[in-house]
Order: sequence, then structure tokens, then C-alpha cells
Amino acid sequence: MSDPILSVRDLVKHFPITQGVLFKKTIGQVHAVDGVSFDLHPGETLGVVGESGCGKSTLAQVLMRLEPPTSGTVTFDGEDLFAKSGAALKAWRRDMQIVLQDPYTSLNPRKTVGDIVGEPFEIHPEVAPKGDRRRKVQELLEVVGLNPEHIRRYPHQFSGGQRQRIGIARALALRPRVIVCDEPVSALDVSIQAQVMNLLGELQTEFGLSYVFIAHDLGVVRHLSDRVAVMYLGKIVEIGDSESIYERATHPYTQALLSSVPVPDPSLRGKREVIRLTGDVPSPADPPSGCRFRTRCPKAEAICAEQEPPLVAGESSDHPSACHFAEVRQVLPVA
Amino acid sequence: MTDTLRQEPSLAGHDEGAVVSPEAESGLWSDAWKQLRRRPLFIISGVVIIVLLVMALFPSLFTSVDPTFQVLDRSGEAPNASSWFGRDLFGRDVYARAIYGAGPSLAVGLLASLGTVVVGSLAGLTMGYFRGLTDSVLSRIGEIFAGIPFVLGGIVILTSLNKPGEIVGSTRLIVQVVLTIVLLSWPLAMRIMRAAALASSQQDYVKAARALGAGPLRIMFRHMLPNCLAPVLVYGTIQLGVFIGAEATLSYLGIGLKDPVVSWGVMISEVQARIIQMPHALFFPAAFLVVTVLAFVMMGDALRDALDPRGR
Repeated sequence: MSDPILSVRDLVKHFPITQGVLFKKTIGQVHAVDGVSFDLHPGETLGVVGESGCGKSTLAQVLMRLEPPTSGTVTFDGEDLFAKSGAALKAWRRDMQIVLQDPYTSLNPRKTVGDIVGEPFEIHPEVAPKGDRRRKVQELLEVVGLNPEHIRRYPHQFSGGQRQRIGIARALALRPRVIVCDEPVSALDVSIQAQVMNLLGELQTEFGLSYVFIAHDLGVVRHLSDRVAVMYLGKIVEIGDSESIYERATHPYTQALLSSVPVPDPSLRGKREVIRLTGDVPSPADPPSGCRFRTRCPKAEAICAEQEPPLVAGESSDHPSACHFAEVRQVLPVA
Repeated sequence: MTDTLRQEPSLAGHDEGAVVSPEAESGLWSDAWKQLRRRPLFIISGVVIIVLLVMALFPSLFTSVDPTFQVLDRSGEAPNASSWFGRDLFGRDVYARAIYGAGPSLAVGLLASLGTVVVGSLAGLTMGYFRGLTDSVLSRIGEIFAGIPFVLGGIVILTSLNKPGEIVGSTRLIVQVVLTIVLLSWPLAMRIMRAAALASSQQDYVKAARALGAGPLRIMFRHMLPNCLAPVLVYGTIQLGVFIGAEATLSYLGIGLKDPVVSWGVMISEVQARIIQMPHALFFPAAFLVVTVLAFVMMGDALRDALDPRGR
């Protein structure tokens, strides 16, 4: 396999909880991302899945250098990402872009679509000469399936799915190599979700993009992801190629997530096992000792509170899974 | 990477050669202007403002009477054929004084509003974008100025700028009055802008711009400012009248504009003890003031609507 384009090692992002108005006192830390490691290879899609508040979006922000990391390293194409500044940082931004979750707030309501999609060229004037920009913007709109004649319209004149296409066009403008998709379809109707997912898939083949694709359910990322990482409370609990996650999941949290994916085949309905998790996600400001999932885990035993399970492949698991009692369990019914 | 993105459109359902008319150079401001030109509210207020500006610049076009010429035996005369708006306590022609008062009044009102909005907006935007320490420090500085009572602050500033009894030119005095008002009023505009900017800086479109590598200036002025302008604009147009009145307060205390300079504020404050005897001397300058404020408020409203593409 080729060298990874993006390599994340022990990435940690803690947000301080402060108290007091004048003299701010740090009274705790929210462990939003707590030791995440993964590799992303060129042309590959890594799905990152987990429920709300597990640190997926924070991970995206840190990867995009919108938030400074607490510790850990990220190398992009062999270069330390967090060491970049000034012109090098700006040049790197051409290589890595983000598609944000909410298409209703990610587009400036007072800019025309032409201005929004053309802004990357204004910030990086070396990419396209001035006279060329308008044509490039129209090309981009066409690439994402929008009418290039709508260049003068404002975001509110588009539907949610169309707005997300505008967001994708903007991310695509600088011809990046990696796009971080931060729940790009979560705010959309199910029928539109499929269209946007298909568009992302087509763009990937066409431009050789790598995606870090963040979503909150496994169903969404299934047909796009080459590999999937499942996050819980700031940590990756299981990571592996798509097939092993969907068919041979060994972590109880992944299994629970899988059991909540809707089954499209009516004849199989009701045949799958439903794993219901009880309770809420513990506060990331005060995560449980040992295994973070133990408070909601049906398999939890004494060892889970004492020892943190390492994220490794073992006898019972052919891919890394952070569970003391990892075992394959068939959750999705086989058609 | 190749230069062109793709040759033929496959996803789009329509044919190539996206034809867009050449006049299509667009943007928020040009679109706003296109819309404003058709708004009666804007046209009416625009005409009123132009008339006022002409009046301010060339008062002699409107009257040939000297506004300082006193005819003491006609003191307090009611409106009549020879002096349309009547005469004041010293027998001066109220119409001529109202015309000549437009200049200083508008200068003070416009410049003070503009100054307050510009200074306040810059401070508010900076605070909303950088937050943290910048926000705290500028907030405290703003509170210092907001905490000074207006009259007290005006007395302190203007008397320390001009020695008692010193004869000061009217232009210099107008500039000083404007500076005083701006200095004592900018924190209000700052707070309004700061609130809007704090909300705006958390929006995803700011995040997207940062991810693209946009610098602070681009984000503040291209992304945040257009989305934060509406409340400050409304505040500024309303304050215009307040500032014209504030100038009168300073004049009344003897530290603002003085004779022979005429302003509506001066006229209103001069007559306030004799409202019953000569209501016309109050009514006409006040009417000019009201029409001016109304025109600018309408203009501000029209501008605010035009700058919001969602309302179109």
C-alpha cells in the first residue's frame, strides 16, 4: 500500500472548563478527542462514526487546523501539520478542505453563489487568473450538478441539498487531495442524502480524492467507506476495513450501532438482533475509568473498570478493537 | 492535477456553454443598489436628504435674509407674509435661521453618527472576531467612556480643548463637538456590533472561510460585517437626531456652537423658556429636525432591507 497522505497519531484535544469572570480558573477538561490515531491513504475513504458528542466534529476541526490540538501529531504527506504556519499553512489549505454539516449556516447568506464558490480563488489568487475565475466557478457548479446560470443567486434561493452541493463546490475549488466531510448529509432529507453521497462518490473517482467522512450512523457511510473508525467518548473503539466492521464487528458498541441501522429488505425485518444501550453517554469532562464504554456495556466486568483495553487486533478480532471481551457477533441479517 | 476540471458536464442536466449575460457582475452592494432604486421609501428619503444637503451647503439659495439680523421691535412676531416662520426673541427671521441652521446641524449629526458607527463597529468587529483578551480589554475601555455622564464629559472635554473666553472658529468648534459626541457615544454602537459579531463569528461560514485560509481582515469585513451591519445602521440613523439634540445641550451650556453660528439645536434651546409666547420659534426648527431624522431613519431602513437578500 502507498504511503498514507494523512497520518494521525495520539491526537488529543481537551477544552478547559473555566469558572470566574475576571480570574478564570480552570476547573476541568472536556476530553473531546482523547488519543486518536489513524492513517488515511490516497483515494481512500475513512468513515468516522459515533453518536453525538463523541468528538467527531472536534476531530474534524483539529484536522483542519481550526482548533489547536492539545497534543499529538498529524502528518500530511510526510510533513508535520501543526508545525506549518504563514505561507506554508495557507498553501496546505489548498490540499485539504472541509464540507461542513449544516448547509443552512455554512454559506454566507449575503453572498451570491458565485462569490461563495469563487472565494477560494480570491484567497489563493495563484490558482486561477482573475479573468478565468468566473468560468471556473461555473465549471464547479456544473460538476456538483447545479445550474451554472444560477451563479448570481443567493443561498436562500436553494434547497438544502443544493446548498450542500454549493458547499462541496467550494471545497472542491482548490482541487484538494483530502476533503474532511463533517456530517455532510445529516441535515438533509433521506432521499437527498443519497444524491449527495453519490455525488461525493463520483467526485472521488473523478478527482482521486481522499475523504475523512464523519457521520453519526453506520448506515450512511457504508457504501462510501473503505475503512471505518468507530468513536466513543473521544476514542476510537474499533477500526478496520468496511467489510470487517460491518460483518465481523467485535466491539459491543459497534455491534449496538450496527443493530440500529435500518434494514432495507422487508423480508429480513424483525430478524436481526436489536442491542439496546441503556443510559446516556457519560460526560466527556469526567470519563469513566478503564474502558469508557463500560457504563453502558452489556458485557462489562470488573476488569473493564480497572484496565483500559488497548486498540489492537487479537485472537478474537482480525482488526483493532478496544474491548477486553471482543468477539464477533452477527448483527446484520445476511440476505 | 489537470487545469480544467472536466470537459463535458455529466451530472448537470443541461447543455454546455452556460450563457450568462455580460452585465452579470454582481455582489451584495450592486444588487442592493438595483433594489434601492425602485423603492419609494428610498427615493423619498433620498430627495429629502439631497434638499437638506443643498440647504446646508448653499443656504443663500433658499433665503436672502441675514439670519443674524435683529429687528428688536418685531421680537416674537408670529408667522406672517414678510417673515414666513415668524421671528424669535431678538426679532431674527426664523425661516432664515432654520435654513442657515441646516449646515451646522447636519454636519454635527452626520459626522457624529458616522464617527460613532465607524469607531463602534470597528471595535465591535475586532472584539467579536478575536474574543478573549481583546474583547475584555476593549469592553472595559468602552465601559470607561460609557460610564461618563454625557454633559459632564462634554464640559470636561470642550473646556479643556478651549480656554474660557477664547474665540474659536465655527469649523473648529463643530469638529470638537463631533469628537466629543463620538468619544462619549461609541461604546453603544460597539456593544450592538459586538453582540452581532460574536454570533456571526461562530457561524459555519466563518469556519469555512478560515478553512480556506482567509485572513482576519477578509473574515471581518467580507463575512461578518455584512451580516452584522443592520442593527448598527438602524442605531446610527436614530442617533442622528439624538446627536443634533446633544449639540443643542452643549450649546445651552455655552460650550457648544455659539452665535453667530446657527443650528437647530441652538434655536430650540434658545426658545425653550418662551414656548407659550412664541411657539413658532420652537415649531419650525423642531420640524426641520424631525423631517431630517425621519429621512435618515427611512434611508437606514431601506438600506437594511436592501442588504438582506432573503427579503427580496
